Amino acid sequence: MSQTAIAPPPTVAPSRPVYDETILKYFTIAAMFWGIAGFAVGLLIAVQMAFPDFNIPPYLTFGRLRPLHTSAVIFAFGGNVLFATSYHVVQRTCRARLFSDGLSWFTFWGYQAFILMAGLGYVFGVTQGKEYAEPEWYADLWLTIVWVAYLINFLGTLWKRQEKHIYVANWFYLAFIVTVAILHLVNNVSVPIQIGSVHSYSAWAGVQSALIQWWYGHNAVGFFLTAGFLGIMYYYIPKQANRPVYSYRLSIIHFWALIFIYIWAGPHHLLYTALPDWAQTLGMTFSIILWMPSWGGMINGMMTLSGAWHKLRDDPILQFMIIALSFYGMSTFEGPLMSIKAVNSLSHYTDWTIGHVHAGALGWVAFISFGAIYYLVPHLWKKPGMYSTRLISLHLWVATVGIVVYITSMWVAGIMQGLMWRAYNEMGFLTYSFVETVAAMHPYYIIRAIGGLLFLLGALIMVFNIWKTIASPDSVASETGTPSLTPAALPEHV
Amino acid sequence: MSDAPEPHRDIDAHSGVETTGHEWDGLKELNNPAPRWWLIVWMLTIVWAIGYWVVYPSWPTLSGHTKGIAGWTQYDKLKHEQAEITQRQSGWLGKFHKASFAEIKQDPVLFEFARAGGEVVFKENCAACHGAGGEGRRGYPNLNDDDWLFGGTAEDIYNTINVGSHSTHPNTHAVAMPAFGAVMGREGMLTPAQIDDVATYVSYLRQPVASAAFTRGQAVFQQNCVSCHGEGGIGNRQMGAPRLNDAIWLYGGDKATLVQTITKGRAGVMPSWQSRMSDDSRRQVAIYVHSLGGGE
Repeated sequence: MSQTAIAPPPTVAPSRPVYDETILKYFTIAAMFWGIAGFAVGLLIAVQMAFPDFNIPPYLTFGRLRPLHTSAVIFAFGGNVLFATSYHVVQRTCRARLFSDGLSWFTFWGYQAFILMAGLGYVFGVTQGKEYAEPEWYADLWLTIVWVAYLINFLGTLWKRQEKHIYVANWFYLAFIVTVAILHLVNNVSVPIQIGSVHSYSAWAGVQSALIQWWYGHNAVGFFLTAGFLGIMYYYIPKQANRPVYSYRLSIIHFWALIFIYIWAGPHHLLYTALPDWAQTLGMTFSIILWMPSWGGMINGMMTLSGAWHKLRDDPILQFMIIALSFYGMSTFEGPLMSIKAVNSLSHYTDWTIGHVHAGALGWVAFISFGAIYYLVPHLWKKPGMYSTRLISLHLWVATVGIVVYITSMWVAGIMQGLMWRAYNEMGFLTYSFVETVAAMHPYYIIRAIGGLLFLLGALIMVFNIWKTIASPDSVASETGTPSLTPAALPEHV
Repeated sequence: MSDAPEPHRDIDAHSGVETTGHEWDGLKELNNPAPRWWLIVWMLTIVWAIGYWVVYPSWPTLSGHTKGIAGWTQYDKLKHEQAEITQRQSGWLGKFHKASFAEIKQDPVLFEFARAGGEVVFKENCAACHGAGGEGRRGYPNLNDDDWLFGGTAEDIYNTINVGSHSTHPNTHAVAMPAFGAVMGREGMLTPAQIDDVATYVSYLRQPVASAAFTRGQAVFQQNCVSCHGEGGIGNRQMGAPRLNDAIWLYGGDKATLVQTITKGRAGVMPSWQSRMSDDSRRQVAIYVHSLGGGE
């Protein structure tokens, strides 16, 4: 609106760069492809939990498909979304083409190759057995090469930027890329068991191995799924709302606080284990201190809408983004809560944890990704808007109901499970056997699978909508023709 | 920013708040302060954490770690909680420990205590083979009926739990039904025709019918099977040989299964639980199984 009047204009018009948007299209399509695959495998293993007969040994059993699901949604779907959006945001906010086209293409094909290597390994039983770090040494080495290429490409683009300052979204992307590299390298130190073997020994053993694993695992959540996606939030929400970011100062404080405090919180995954008491205490207390820095991102995103709240009424893309922030706020409150020892002794090892993870993964990570992709697709393919706004709305509601069904069933199931495990009768005997707790979970597992099915259906609606958008002739307006769906940046730079 | 000359100040028209004066791809940032409540809550969490560090073990030092003024450790907590459970059981456990099975049966409260403990032990340890309700399944005896391989008194059951069957225990039950058919190239004790006849005989033991096969099978049975399974298939607990003239089958009473059993033999395995759980637990679970319905 007012931006044209007051912006210190990008006067260097002659040197306006030609952005590399082809690579963004590839990453966007890859993200949707892996997303559907990952959600579908998630549904399958949810059904396997409820009905074990759906395990098809040896390749399609829960034990092998579970890492396939987690890796597909986190690293394949989430990773490709991060590549697509970070390459988009860093170009636009640096006013510079990506550093190297060669590196861009290498990161695309290299990363897809890593996904295939990892996924095939799981199905054939090749795994390190470390949660979220299951790929074996050969895939780890390959990912390291790809990741260094990513870092160079991102840093190189920052280096040749034509803006004086580095936009806040890029801080988060850079923190994500650098920290994930460190986490990956340290947790995966291992030696193949013999020349030519796909299997390996870990360099770490015992409780040290556990601590390093959860330092890795928790910060994969912190830097891959939080910092990276906050980068998305900091570009696409102000873009979609067409409002300035609420507070620069808040963004600085919560960025540095998040980075410094997140890295300490890993031991809360190992409360009441062989991990020394002092390390448990630090993990727990830093998790509590992390609460507000996590919320800083939510506050900044939500308050960015001040002055544009009316847009929320009829812009489902913005609705996706704001619901994402709500789930982000909820799960970053729930996380510190569950890290409190007294709560953790009930919640640990139960499906409450699964519910918590999915509040973050489906609610925050996937929803902010959907919002960003709905913004990106018309932008990249030069369309006036998405094919159908009503289908975006339908996706939004189907998926939201799915998430709510999923997480509430897991809350109830998890808390019930924890209470049943610890129940003692007045004679001092356990009230329930383990198998009785499993039987009690059965209805909730079915409800959870229904939630997952709804979420998958929503994503399929999205794929249909994207396909129709890309396939439509240029001039076709979106079904309702809502102007607010037109990405705000389009008129200026297209 | 503060030294930026006045004309360059960029005010957001909608909120009236100054921006930082930068713009990226049309994006700007307002110069709002961080919300005060946010800072206050954050500081409170930090203060709380510092307090927690003072009370509980927290920071590593050169020679270990700070212990905290509460002197708390998770091992003390565990000990405390286990003591509480022991405390709850102790009202009965001392008495139970000394009482015989007969005495326990006389004392309703003690009996209920033993059953409750035995049920937990059973469901965590025995249910995997014998079923959550002791209903058994193919190859694993049903424990609700009155058909006992090694005896159905509480003492007998307790003994079987201790020694197991084909287990590593020196006194293990080690009953095996031999293979009467030709197996692994060895000549069989019975011909396939004889096996067929005796299977027919056994399958009709409950309701004998006059047939040639039945009569031939009876003769084979008399020569080969009676020594363990007894006259008319009444079974023999000393041998651990199942009763054959009832409707209860461990592997199946249909003719095909009987032929398989006679041809290839059977040898059920149950581990010895003596070194796996306390004597009190084993006695409790013996009483629980005994009480399922078939106890003698």
